[in-house]
Amino acid sequence: MTYFPEEVVEHIVDFLGSHGDRNAVSTVCKAWYQVDRLSRRSVFVGNCYAIRPERVVTRFPEMKSLTVKGKPHFADFNLVPYDWGGFAQPWIEAAARGCPGLEELRLKRMVVTDDDLELLARSFPNFKSLVLVSCEGFSTDGLAAIATYCRGLRELDLQENEVEDHGRQWLSCFPDSCTSLVSLNFACLKGEVNASALERLVARCPNLKGLKLNHSISVESLNKILARAPHLVDLGTGSFTIDNRSETYHRLINAFFKCKSLRSLSGFWDASPFCLQAVYPICTNLTVLNLSYAPAIQSADLTKLIGLCFKLQKLWVLDCIGDKGLVVVASTCKELQELRVFPSDIYGTGITAVTEEGLVAISSGCPNLNSLLYFCYQMTNSALTTVAKNCPHFTRFRLCILEPEKPDPVTNQPLDEGFGAIVRSCKNLRRLSVSGLLTDQVFLYIGMYAEHLEMLSIAFAGDSDKGMVYVLNGCKNLRKLEIRDCPFGDAALLKDVAKYETMRSLWMSSCDVTLGGCKALAAKMPRLNVEIINENDGTSESKENLSDLQKVEKMYFYRTVAGPRNDAPDFVWTL
Amino acid sequence: MEEEFRGGRPQLFDFITNGRDWSDKGGYGAAEEKNLELRLGLPGGEDWSAVQEKREHPAESAVSPGHIAKIPKSTNLSASSGAKRGCSDAVESKPEGTLADKTTFQQRHLQQQQLGFLQLQAKGKESLHRTSGSAGLQSLEGKVCGPHAAHASSTKNTTATHSTSQSRAAAAPVVGWPPIRSFRKNLAGTAKASAESPNRRSDAEKKLENDRKGLFVKINMDGIPIGRKVDLKAYDSYEKLSLAVDELFRGLLMAAQMDPLAATTQSTKETHVIPGLLDRSGEYTLVYEDDEGDKMLVGDVPWDMFVSTAKRLRVLKSSDLCASSLTGRNQEEDKRLLNWESCRSALAFPTRLLRYVFGLKRLRQTLVLLSFPARRNSGTTKSNTASIYVTKMEGYQSSPAANGSMHETFQFHKQPAGS
Repeated sequence: MTYFPEEVVEHIVDFLGSHGDRNAVSTVCKAWYQVDRLSRRSVFVGNCYAIRPERVVTRFPEMKSLTVKGKPHFADFNLVPYDWGGFAQPWIEAAARGCPGLEELRLKRMVVTDDDLELLARSFPNFKSLVLVSCEGFSTDGLAAIATYCRGLRELDLQENEVEDHGRQWLSCFPDSCTSLVSLNFACLKGEVNASALERLVARCPNLKGLKLNHSISVESLNKILARAPHLVDLGTGSFTIDNRSETYHRLINAFFKCKSLRSLSGFWDASPFCLQAVYPICTNLTVLNLSYAPAIQSADLTKLIGLCFKLQKLWVLDCIGDKGLVVVASTCKELQELRVFPSDIYGTGITAVTEEGLVAISSGCPNLNSLLYFCYQMTNSALTTVAKNCPHFTRFRLCILEPEKPDPVTNQPLDEGFGAIVRSCKNLRRLSVSGLLTDQVFLYIGMYAEHLEMLSIAFAGDSDKGMVYVLNGCKNLRKLEIRDCPFGDAALLKDVAKYETMRSLWMSSCDVTLGGCKALAAKMPRLNVEIINENDGTSESKENLSDLQKVEKMYFYRTVAGPRNDAPDFVWTL
Repeated sequence: MEEEFRGGRPQLFDFITNGRDWSDKGGYGAAEEKNLELRLGLPGGEDWSAVQEKREHPAESAVSPGHIAKIPKSTNLSASSGAKRGCSDAVESKPEGTLADKTTFQQRHLQQQQLGFLQLQAKGKESLHRTSGSAGLQSLEGKVCGPHAAHASSTKNTTATHSTSQSRAAAAPVVGWPPIRSFRKNLAGTAKASAESPNRRSDAEKKLENDRKGLFVKINMDGIPIGRKVDLKAYDSYEKLSLAVDELFRGLLMAAQMDPLAATTQSTKETHVIPGLLDRSGEYTLVYEDDEGDKMLVGDVPWDMFVSTAKRLRVLKSSDLCASSLTGRNQEEDKRLLNWESCRSALAFPTRLLRYVFGLKRLRQTLVLLSFPARRNSGTTKSNTASIYVTKMEGYQSSPAANGSMHETFQFHKQPAGS
């Protein structure tokens, strides 16, 4: 192998797309490490604290695309304090110094400031694509900097970020010479946006394929935009409420009619049922439909719309669609691959919500389903078994029964058997979230059968340490484990500590792990950062006063070669 | 308040510092919890379910940031919340030591919350933070749903205390549950609000900026002594209003017409008794009085504008209608209406301006021309001018001050972009 000229190796390695394969190549020998290192264009860092930014930039000087993820997943549900960390600044600074050819940056759950965005905009002359998912810490001023200084920007994609509104003029900062936009998504912005500047921008970007508006954009504006960009493939509407029978409405219908390339629709902020009809002309072409921001639309109107979408592959809805609506989905959308049903009425009595029947209907109608996120009020073992039989191709299966620890209402049994059926049947399952009443048995099943499982989320489940041990022993490919409110303690935590270096991270909150256990773990595994998040009281109590027997409220540890981090706030202790 | 609970306070304080050994928590035995509940019992032996209800209710109230606690303060509050029934201030503390006799998860969760790591009392930044989700939930609930939701949840709690089986305990404040993003929780609140008040429409007409309460205006009909009231917000078009007016006065008209025969046969009638209200073709005509006291024909202006300016309605006999019943206005008033402030936003959207101008009185009798300069540089700071020509047609009553010219010119300068 060492006689192989490097150019040939490089050529072969170029065909390897996945990061895992590339990483494997780099461990073969020094020569191959070098080849990979100099030819790697796309770098993925799953945990921003696992490695120092400088090391990444030094190792991959030719990288064009960098993806970095910050906070743990449970930060989405307010379980991680605001200033825990995950700062983008060191990454952008390091890249600015060592890798000025960077073209694409994707950040998820990180803290990005306006200064960071300005540095980014000024440092990379070829910068093309910025994707921020679930980030926070910046305002529209930062976006203005991006718009102003990134010549040739192709993609600005803001997904579900917390953006402070400092005015609407950021969009006007795109210079007249900017004609390269392919994708623009500002749906998460809360404030007003300069609509006429947007219309002009759309008019001068002939390659625009994706556009997602925020709710400040009126239908009149949407009409003008669609008139200028009928070649859009992915559209997120702005505000979607119009007067009955007004001229605007008729223009909207015509505009949609001309959008022959439209494949993906989302938005529908404040949509009223009447307005949905404007979309009927293009339903038959849709492959992606996201109606999960439109709580005013009830089942009947939803099903009228979805009943036309024969080619739908991805559907996000609210649970007001009801079981009956899901039956319509099942009979119409034969090519459905991903379904997400979000709760719309988490305070109420859930009369119109979905139950296990809807899921069974979907599974029998849509055998290609491979990704599911389903919020419901009840689930039965038999339903899960049926679903497992009907849909063996699940790669992501997330079921959330809204009432924790709820058993099967028919048999009053825990849902162990149902989830067991899922993991037995779905050999390619990579991600699983369980809920309802569950004992250690379900974890035995998961450990036994879920060979390819990479991410597992557990809440209010299990009886004893055995549950956690089953999972850690069994799931060879486990990368992320997140647990809350389960009776797992030190014994489970310390059973097989070597396992943790094969995983990216582990989160445990409101469990039975004690400070002493965490200290023991930290002592045994120097290459793990074991963080205790303690928000109560950082100042008056010092560490020494605490008993090792005291339970830890939130523990998060992750493997790292960077050592303990230096940007941890006071309430985060790295042991 | 404090004196009342002198006895109670030490009890709670003892509980927190001595504490049971929480680490030997086996199952979620209700017996254990009952034990603790008893210990928390307040002096005076209050009814337990009542205490529970209160304990759960405060759990639902927003935790105010002012309660970064010292022990005495928090125990004081919880004591006060315990003893005072219906003391439903938002300032109530979390139910530290509350052991709801509900589903076990919540018991466990609350226990954990109290005696987790470094938790001397349930207050503190952590609990604030941890309940920020639920507080956010709760404040939203308070905001959007008002008393309804609070009542619903408290009744839920009451029923839950009586039944240990499944209840909507998910609505109780478990931090980070259900696992959905915050903005989706806000959407859920919106859904509840719209479900509760189906007559509300979402406010899309930003330029009018009406507040969407019911708008009741008096309506009188010629020949009928009794006036009625109609809610303009309940309708979204002139057709519907006309129908409603018809229904409203149909019976009265019948009675007034004193035709006994007609009265007995009218029940199956489906056509309008009062046809042509809007198109001035029938016997009666609908007019309205606006906020400046002028009488106008209903139907001229866009619906929303009508709703925002109408103060009173009248159903007149069409024969009574004449040009003189509509008041004249002078040039100066028209000019005032077309001042820059009103029209600034309109210039960006010419159609809007037209609608606004058509809202001027008697515009059936005038013709509006709008002209813009030949080119309009986008994004530059050149000022834009627009000329609006308002031409009077026959029948327009002008004041003597007008010099008889057929049109007036109004010039406006657009502000530079970005200012």
